[in-house]
Amino acid sequence: MFEDLRDLYQEVIFDHNRNPRNFHVMENYDRMVEGFNPLCGDRITLFLKLDDDLITDASFQGSGCAISTASVSLMTEIVKGKTEAEAEALFKTFHEMTTGKDENINFEAVGKLAVLAGVREYPARVKCATLAWHTLDAALKNEQQSISTE
Amino acid sequence: MTYPIEKIRADFPILNEKIRNKPLVYLDNAASCQKPQAVIDSIVKLYSHDYANVHRGVHTLSVRSTDYFEAAREKMKTFISAQSEKEIIFVRGATDAINLVAQTYGKANIHAGDEIIITAMEHHSNIVPWQMLCEEKGAILKVAPMNLAGELLMPEFEALLNSKTKLVSVVHMSNALGTINPVEKIIELAHARKIPVLLDGAQAIPHTPVDVQALDCDFYVFSGHKLYAPTGVGVLYGKQSLLEAMPPYQGGGDMIRTVTFEKSTYAGLPHKFEAGTPSIAEVIGLGAAIDYLNTIGMDKIAAYEAELLAYATQEALKIDGLKIIGEAKEKGAILSFTLGKIHPHDIGTMLDSLGIAIRAGHHCAMPVMDFYKVPATARASFAMYNTKAEIDVLILGIKNLIEMFG
Ligand SMILES: Cc1ncc(COP(=O)(O)O)c(C=O)c1O
Repeated sequence: MFEDLRDLYQEVIFDHNRNPRNFHVMENYDRMVEGFNPLCGDRITLFLKLDDDLITDASFQGSGCAISTASVSLMTEIVKGKTEAEAEALFKTFHEMTTGKDENINFEAVGKLAVLAGVREYPARVKCATLAWHTLDAALKNEQQSISTE
Repeated sequence: MTYPIEKIRADFPILNEKIRNKPLVYLDNAASCQKPQAVIDSIVKLYSHDYANVHRGVHTLSVRSTDYFEAAREKMKTFISAQSEKEIIFVRGATDAINLVAQTYGKANIHAGDEIIITAMEHHSNIVPWQMLCEEKGAILKVAPMNLAGELLMPEFEALLNSKTKLVSVVHMSNALGTINPVEKIIELAHARKIPVLLDGAQAIPHTPVDVQALDCDFYVFSGHKLYAPTGVGVLYGKQSLLEAMPPYQGGGDMIRTVTFEKSTYAGLPHKFEAGTPSIAEVIGLGAAIDYLNTIGMDKIAAYEAELLAYATQEALKIDGLKIIGEAKEKGAILSFTLGKIHPHDIGTMLDSLGIAIRAGHHCAMPVMDFYKVPATARASFAMYNTKAEIDVLILGIKNLIEMFG
């Protein structure tokens, strides 16, 4: 019945929604930022542990739609072990992929995150996918305790 | 007489639209509803043959436009059974009307320590204007509570009324829950203490006959776009004696009698509250919408929609894991629901892929979401042109998406 939606709701997304990875409060975090999408009510709290400019651990709490939950779950997996600069570069590539500015998906650069490329056909849902990354960006810049995707 | 559903559907051209290659099933009527050909035609005719500014020119077109504009006011007077067309103020919509009352009646009559009563199920537009006024004046906003079914708790409401209460402002029918409030009783209790009552009729007016004199409400507000008319127009009904005593809202053209640099005198009702060029075509479109509704009859529409709601509720309750938010005994044609862990935005996107338009979100009623401890709900809201067959499409879609989510 939902053939048209298979690009958006891939099995990986359902899997991460059902069993989000790194879904817990972190003790002794170095950074904690709340991300809020006022349009949808998606709300996440992101925790990071840093060793100099290396992200050594990432976890999250919160509630949101399948797209935003899968996005933040995938993100916490992928940024572990990356430097801040690498994570920021990935955010940029991810943003271009989800907003459709770059027609060709750079699979090598985005890896598993490619499953979220489908949102570009659903402009109303792009913010669900990017909320996680905006929150990460704020955590790395360490300027705000909370951000909102207005 | 049977309800002429086939004819009605044929009157709304957008219902032929295909969305993602599927026939449109439009169930977002509480947000805004679609327009019949008669309304569309009235605007095309105006701009093609009759349009000019109103109340200004001696030339033919201005006279024609003014006649149609004022005829719409007359139709509205009859539609809601007001006593006089002076009691029909055209504004931008329900939000604009409530702000008008807050900024005029409120500023003149509500002072430090006074109290305004609203309910736990208000739309933001019946919360924020009062909060702003209270902040400015040092007045206090009191909120009458509801039960889990979404019904106002009348003893608690009554207990809030006291000598400091200066206004009761309540929603006639809730947009988030569908609850129809016992407004007759509310008005009776408030009037017994000489407290005026404003009813937010944005949701009630398309679903039920409204007689403001029988209700004896002091103010009644609604938007045209939820009543099959264009956006940018709405109505503030107020009792003439109250409106007369209120200071004007905005200053400008059309609302004055004389202007000198020293002092201006204001026009009489209704023009005192209609500064500037109004939404001319939209008001005339609203008049056409009323003509259209009168050919069917609001009582027939109400009865038909009650059947739709009963059917939708019965079918929804058969779905495992579906929880209806808002189960008041007195309810209008709104079905708000959640599906356990499946977020309403996923529901919205999935149903959209089947051509079904519903609303997913907080419905401009964040306190209601907080009350039910949900971030959002999915809401199907029905109109005069919806059918049981469309409800079947919705129900089948919901069942399938639950399966897909697993
Ligand atoms: C109960 C209620 N009140 C007020 C409003 C505000 O109407 P508008 O946005 O047309 O001013 C709405 C619209 O959603 C509503 O449902």
